[in-house]
Amino acid sequence: MRSLRALTATLAVLVLVTGACAAEDDELTPINLQLQWVAQAQFAGYYAAVDQGFYADEGLDVTILEGAVEIVPQQVVATGGAEFGLAWVPKALVSNEEDAGLVNVGQVFQRSGTLMVSWADSGITSPSDWEGKIVGNWGFGNEYELTAAIEKFGVNVGELVAQSFDMEALLNREIDAAEAMIYNEYAQVLEATNPDTGELYQPSDLTVIDFNDPSIATAMLQDAIWVTEAYAEDNPDIVEAFLRASFRGWIHCRDNPDSCVDIVLAAGPTLGRSHQTWQMNEINGLIWPSPHGIGVMDAALWQQTVDVATSQGVIQGVPPAGSYRTDFAQNAVDALEDDGLDTVGNSWQRVTVELNPGGE
Amino acid sequence: MSPNARRLLSFLGILAVLIAMWEGYKWMGTATGGVWPGTGIGLPVRTNERSMPHTWDVVIALLRPARRGGEMLLLVLLRAALFTWRSALLGFVLGSAVGFGLGVLFVRSALAERGLMPHVVASQTVPILAIAPILVVWAGRLNVTRWLVVAVVSAYLAFFPVAINTLRGLRSPDATASELMRSYAATPNQVLWKLQVPAALPYLFPALKIAATASIIGAIVGELPASMPDGLGRAILNFAAAFSAAPEKLFASILVASLVGIGFVGVVVLAERVLIPPSRRLEDLSEAAGPQSRTLKEVVA
Repeated sequence: MRSLRALTATLAVLVLVTGACAAEDDELTPINLQLQWVAQAQFAGYYAAVDQGFYADEGLDVTILEGAVEIVPQQVVATGGAEFGLAWVPKALVSNEEDAGLVNVGQVFQRSGTLMVSWADSGITSPSDWEGKIVGNWGFGNEYELTAAIEKFGVNVGELVAQSFDMEALLNREIDAAEAMIYNEYAQVLEATNPDTGELYQPSDLTVIDFNDPSIATAMLQDAIWVTEAYAEDNPDIVEAFLRASFRGWIHCRDNPDSCVDIVLAAGPTLGRSHQTWQMNEINGLIWPSPHGIGVMDAALWQQTVDVATSQGVIQGVPPAGSYRTDFAQNAVDALEDDGLDTVGNSWQRVTVELNPGGE
Repeated sequence: MSPNARRLLSFLGILAVLIAMWEGYKWMGTATGGVWPGTGIGLPVRTNERSMPHTWDVVIALLRPARRGGEMLLLVLLRAALFTWRSALLGFVLGSAVGFGLGVLFVRSALAERGLMPHVVASQTVPILAIAPILVVWAGRLNVTRWLVVAVVSAYLAFFPVAINTLRGLRSPDATASELMRSYAATPNQVLWKLQVPAALPYLFPALKIAATASIIGAIVGELPASMPDGLGRAILNFAAAFSAAPEKLFASILVASLVGIGFVGVVVLAERVLIPPSRRLEDLSEAAGPQSRTLKEVVA
């Protein structure tokens, strides 16, 4: 009798526990997203998806892990520190050759944001003009679009020098061409005061060489969403839900850039408003238009990235098929289109952003 | 003139000299076009506004909004400083407690001292920049709140001077005093709390001053891999990234960071004034080392 009562009690507890677990299943799935750097408009779409509740609507509780010095997102993902991570394609492919086992599930940026910036009076308008000049680069795997362009044009640069992650060397005219992201360092030049005029430097003071230019075409794909192959196999629904919500965030930032700048500024109290407004505009330019829909890989650009990466010795061999998947992103895009959203963004237009001194 | 007024005056005097040197160097560089006068040798640091803003521009930047339509930079930085100081304070307390504990352990057990001391010394030769990310990753696995991780990084820097000086201080009483205690059949604990610890206090406070500044450095550095958006570490990182366009903001954040350090040391000094009679205060570490080196000589003799 006593044992029967014990059994009933045990069963009751079991039912309660299972009930509790079932209740938990109804709650949001915790997800970590690892960024490459600290909060800035480069990541606005993800911040917007959190802020606007797009992730929560998909049943996800997304924590954005900011990057910093020494944090390599694809390694964080490979070691299980985050389910999703952002990384440039060539950098993730290098990690995959070291058995990171990552797969690209969403190619958010359809263009490269890297430029080579020179002073207009130097007359540098094409890679051929680097002949005999001092050309700066960041190293650490950020230089291959440049070295590929140098090879492609058969230029003998005067000197290829290491450049720190600021624009001092160009501003001080220690180098003739400087590597710059269109959404960061290029704007920093335009936020600095020209001592000769007392005004900010103007775009007309500068010339830029864009690796996306079809005549150069050494651009490599940058910010993409990566997960481990195993995670993609085991959690296809979560991957798709995450992409749907993230893409919704980016669409929100395309249509409401000012709202996204506010969201980013709230996440980074020491960021400048005009600099982030500039960055939001240029990031939109790297995403839109997305000819196949946001996040869906352009096979030709993947091939170009792989070609440059192999020719520059970044990766040893051609990455295996399955290094990127378009099915998740395609499903997400289809679902968003069904909701009446524009996932291509042909009508998006770059606006003119007025920069303040110091990016304020 | 009271000693306090004299101290303030000398502080202000030195500050004025430093500002004059900064502005003088800048003026000279502007006048000579960036070379040492009469030579063709370039100056080590450029003197333009982007490399060396005027000292008053730094002060003006503090009083202006951090961004258009935003709060005053000083307020933003003070809030960041308070956030960082919270981690630093916990790190300081943790580090000092661990350091004190190690000092007691070492004075009690020569074996522990011989075995552990090399590790303690080695711990301080590893750059904190290498340790901090590891701690952050470990803590991430354990789901620990991130500002606590920062406090641990801060404690890692703070414990060392406390451990070393506690050990020195605990050993500072004369052998005759220890012998007297023992002749009264005092237990080791009684010797520790009634003789050694009171004797160690004057040695402890100079170490606590170092620990106070070290804990702030640890907290700022720890905030970088821990991705804390609200502290001085992030402010310095963001303003360093924008250095070309707004160098005065980076200098302003460095200024606030050093003020936090001075303030923290000031708190320790106040505590010392309350707890230690003037005759027994050691003004700096060289004096703290003094009695120890005498003891060493006596030991050798």
